[in-house]
Amino acid sequence: MSKFQSGKIFIGTSLLALALGVFMGCLAALQFVVPGFFEILPFFKSRPLHVSLVISWIFMCAIGGVYYYLPRYHNLPLFSPKLVAVHYWIFVGTGLAILGSYVAGRFGGREYWEFPPILAIPIIVSWVLFAVNYFKTVFRKKGKWPVYLWMWGTGIFFFLYTFLEANLWVFSYFGDNIVREITIQWKAYGALVGSWNMLVYGTAIFLMERISGNPKVGTSKMAYALFFLGLVNLMFGWAHHTYLVPSAPWIRYFAYAVSMTELLILARIIWNWKSTLDTARKFKHLMSYQFLLASEFWIFLNLVLALLISVPALNLFTHGTHITVAHSMGSTIGINTMILLGSVFFICRESTTKKLKLKGVKMGLWLTNGALLTFWISLILAGYTKARLSTGSDLSFQQIMHEVAPYLMVFTIAGIGLFLGIAMIVSSALPKLFAKEGEE
Amino acid sequence: MAYSAVVYTSGTEYARGDSFFTEEAKRGKQLFQKYNCISCHQIYGLGGYMGPDLTNALSNRGDDDAVARAFLKSGTGKMPNFNLDESEIDGLLAYLKYIDKAGTYPIEHYELSPLGTVEVI
Repeated sequence: MSKFQSGKIFIGTSLLALALGVFMGCLAALQFVVPGFFEILPFFKSRPLHVSLVISWIFMCAIGGVYYYLPRYHNLPLFSPKLVAVHYWIFVGTGLAILGSYVAGRFGGREYWEFPPILAIPIIVSWVLFAVNYFKTVFRKKGKWPVYLWMWGTGIFFFLYTFLEANLWVFSYFGDNIVREITIQWKAYGALVGSWNMLVYGTAIFLMERISGNPKVGTSKMAYALFFLGLVNLMFGWAHHTYLVPSAPWIRYFAYAVSMTELLILARIIWNWKSTLDTARKFKHLMSYQFLLASEFWIFLNLVLALLISVPALNLFTHGTHITVAHSMGSTIGINTMILLGSVFFICRESTTKKLKLKGVKMGLWLTNGALLTFWISLILAGYTKARLSTGSDLSFQQIMHEVAPYLMVFTIAGIGLFLGIAMIVSSALPKLFAKEGEE
Repeated sequence: MAYSAVVYTSGTEYARGDSFFTEEAKRGKQLFQKYNCISCHQIYGLGGYMGPDLTNALSNRGDDDAVARAFLKSGTGKMPNFNLDESEIDGLLAYLKYIDKAGTYPIEHYELSPLGTVEVI
């Protein structure tokens, strides 16, 4: 693989995972509202297929960006291009084995990592290879590191740490006590999401630095302060997932206090609103910037939602409802996916000297975001209905789900729209990504 | 690391229901993972949304496991029939019994403070 091509191969594969992952999400949603639909691949198989594919999309696209950007923009040739190839094939091989195990109905893990735990070993190996290649490459950099290099390194380190932690349940000390097991599972998952956020948000800062041409974007005190805030939340903010698990109370109080520090980020977004709009006017002709702008909208919405559901008194009612799903979908699609697609089109633009034809991408962007907003609102209404009926009535679970069903129908239709939007974007991005110099 | 160590030990020291974590319950836990039950069900509100939360699924029916046994044996409109044998059903029920005895979800008696915290009564 050439020094730039290796990053593109990661990204190209990730786009396929995205399209297939959203398709699986549509299938799972249809099975939710039409029991018995497509029984060859029932819900307990389609859901983990959906989750694993979209998580692969996020990681592979972010990793591909790191491999692409380091040699091209920091004049840092990768420590070992061969390790990149080994990393790629272990990642893809393990991914296919995981998908195969789900299709065959061979489980054995826990939520989100439902595959047989033996497959965790090659995942760890592939991340160790990535860590070696990354740190051996960036340690050669002279002078001050921009914040995104710290963020990418932190993301890699914490993925390894939290993935190991997520597998501690195989030891009886952790696995034989339901409270310890669930608490540590969600401690690991919370921080694991933080680890991929470090990779993705680092990519966003890198893109803003390049698009604006202002190196201070990645080296200002504010950039480092926000990185530190994100790191604190990554390490200590996880327990809002487990407020209702009977672990020690101090874990909950500490996480509540840490989660509320995100109010600082919300205040900054509101404070900078006008300058964001000014920048939007300046760069609106750039496709990559339009994706970043969409992510800013979703950051605002999801941050407000995250802050609300992190308050224990509200979490008491929203926990275990579709409001939690709205938050995770808004974050993974609205924030992570928009930033990463911005990265994809930043690279596409560099693959050709000609002007890109982007009409289909723009339509896809609007369709994706419109469908996502409908999807997000319907999940919040479904969650609100479930919370209201669970606490204020004597209805059974089946009766409550009957009341929630109309919202889930809207959610499913919006999900199909979301898939069509993503398919338009991916089908346009793939040929552009691998176009030869001068081609469209 | 130090923080993690505290969470792993005193933060999650919890003995309620321990005596119900028998060898059969342990086997039930493995089956729970083997059949990916968490894809559709929740424990303490964590998991899938297709089926009901299972934390207190047994005591909600007065500790009578007959309904749960029937669901496990034949499936329902939404739950597939996994063709479980009697020993597997016994294991899963033993695991559900352990979870049931270990805690309560959702919390029924609580007080909300002006700071937004929740005190379990």
